Amino acid sequence: MPDPEPAVSLRGAGRRYGERAALRDVSLELAAGQTLVVFGPNGAGKTTLLRMLATLLRPHAGEVRVLGSSLPDDGYAVRGRIGFLGHEPLLYRELSGRENLRYYARLHGMLAPEADGAARIGAVLEAVGMERRADDPVAELSRGMVQRLAVARAVLHEPELLLLDEPLANLDPAAAAQVQPLIGRASGRTRVLTSHDPAGGLAGADLALGLKGGRQALLAPAAGVTPEQIAELYA
Amino acid sequence: MRGTIGALLAKDLALELRTRESVPAMVLFSVTTYVIFHFGLDRNTVSGDLAAGVLWVTILFASILGINRLFVAEHEQGGFDGFLLAPVDRTALFVAKALALFAFLCIVEVVAVPAFAVLLLGPSPAQALPGLLLVLALANAGVAATGTLVAALAIQTRARDLIGPLLALPLLVPVVLASARATTPLLQQGGAQPLPGDWLAVLALYDLVFALIAYAVFDFLLED
Amino acid sequence: MLTTALGLVFFYAPLDADQGFVQKIFYIHVPMAIVGLCGFVAGGICAVMHLRTREARWDMRSYVSIHLSIILAVGVLVTGSIWARASWGHWWVWDEPMLVSFLIVFLLYATYWPLRFSIEDKEKQARYASVFAIVAGAFVPLNFAAVRMAQQFVHPQTLATTTGGMPPKFALTFVVALAGITLMFITLCKYEMASKHATFRLRALRRRLAGDDDFAATTPLRSAAPQL
Repeated sequence: MPDPEPAVSLRGAGRRYGERAALRDVSLELAAGQTLVVFGPNGAGKTTLLRMLATLLRPHAGEVRVLGSSLPDDGYAVRGRIGFLGHEPLLYRELSGRENLRYYARLHGMLAPEADGAARIGAVLEAVGMERRADDPVAELSRGMVQRLAVARAVLHEPELLLLDEPLANLDPAAAAQVQPLIGRASGRTRVLTSHDPAGGLAGADLALGLKGGRQALLAPAAGVTPEQIAELYA
Repeated sequence: MRGTIGALLAKDLALELRTRESVPAMVLFSVTTYVIFHFGLDRNTVSGDLAAGVLWVTILFASILGINRLFVAEHEQGGFDGFLLAPVDRTALFVAKALALFAFLCIVEVVAVPAFAVLLLGPSPAQALPGLLLVLALANAGVAATGTLVAALAIQTRARDLIGPLLALPLLVPVVLASARATTPLLQQGGAQPLPGDWLAVLALYDLVFALIAYAVFDFLLED
Repeated sequence: MLTTALGLVFFYAPLDADQGFVQKIFYIHVPMAIVGLCGFVAGGICAVMHLRTREARWDMRSYVSIHLSIILAVGVLVTGSIWARASWGHWWVWDEPMLVSFLIVFLLYATYWPLRFSIEDKEKQARYASVFAIVAGAFVPLNFAAVRMAQQFVHPQTLATTTGGMPPKFALTFVVALAGITLMFITLCKYEMASKHATFRLRALRRRLAGDDDFAATTPLRSAAPQL
């Protein structure tokens, strides 16, 4: 039986920004259900990589395949199966958390004939601990609460692949623990996340990628990488 | 597609109701412009082609306000990303935003046109009303199509409040031209004359051409 | 070829000296207008190709075409103004649909540069410029039709003499002038594109010499010109 296709596969992927290369010659494969952690200083290309996998940016060079579809041409096919959590929460500040989620649910076709879309919204809100404040405008919520809502938005449509850019930013330890089942290893989903915490990041991952200046400085199974090697990236 | 448009439109209308950013500003702007016209032209009443001109220039400039604000929420609150991540036809954003702009224009005109009739218009508009509504509908469609496209172009630039009007005003000249010529006989001092059909045809042609072009190129503005 | 064409234009013109110097303006004004309009529409077509193929050279062609057409448009407005002054005594007349349409078109395309300049990401800049070129290119004929229609109802077509019914001597000069200006346009297009090619090749070489890490040093300032 042939090997199943990896959930994420890059070969020589690159992305320019003007004349500068934001990402250059990145190649890796990530199997389904596994976690890739991406380290690197600011400007190294971590966010670019995540946005490229999320179909928000077209690759300028190389091949990128996500969940069996080649980007950018077949991006349409995978969008509904990817959950993206970036630096912005992507929530409208004047609407409430529930209204935001309902909007996204409609976009993802979740509220169509079945009513279990509404139930799903309620379930997700409860899972991130925002059930009580779900009807307050986002502008009135603290940053931690907004981040929780952002997590809710990212997992609302039960994606197979999670792309998380510093997902635990602004979350206190209790909140961080609360969202673990949704976006952590325990969720069982394929995950690509960025991290500035060498020890913690490596512990929760199967594969580690180190970026420096847009280039692949390090790629190895996470178990074999030491925090010192990661620290070198920041040197 | 229809579901997506519905979702987007509902969200935009909810936001506008909540923030009341665009529509009240456009209404106030229109009424203030009438006052300025009164002083600028030194006339108590206008009729015929002067009336048509005042009305349409005012509507044009009020539209610019709406166009400038159209994509601001998306741009500032990361809404573009949220939409781009969804498995939907991206042209739905164009249709939804154009419909929203059309709706805003209609609401503004519900106040601005009677205000015009009260403040500046000499002859009574009662006879002219059906014809006027038709012209308004066609003109609003043209402004909505072109305006949404221009708004989407301008929102990604650094000087978006400047680029928007600079692009929109020349592009909307045919709309103003045709609408004013069509409205002139309706607002004549001696009573409303029949509506000139050929200017309506020009408006309809403009609407069709720009709606089609905007529909075709919009995707390219969203992708990266 | 170009010089002979231009030379012909200037040598034929004196043939019609009996018409008065003013009439000669016509031989420059109208061909410039025609070539300029075609240039704008061509810019739109190149833009369609750019969006279809995503090749930078189509964006370059679109940019150059529009660039030169804008200059021609300024020429049309200036020569038209001179002609108006000589013929009707005013520096500007609203009755001339060509002049009015060109004013509107010029105002629209004058935004092309600020638009390009204010988008920093080069790829996005090219894409947005192409969208603009397509919309504006479609707008040009619509605009002309609308303005012409507006004038028709107020003033009968007094300018019918400008296009139809020209005696053969004038017609020949006109055609030569048209050919001359068309060739000049095409030559300038090629010239500008070649010059930009050279600039980019130079920059690419310089970049390679400096080593890729030195990007910041060789990255040019924000510009409105397309990249290859």
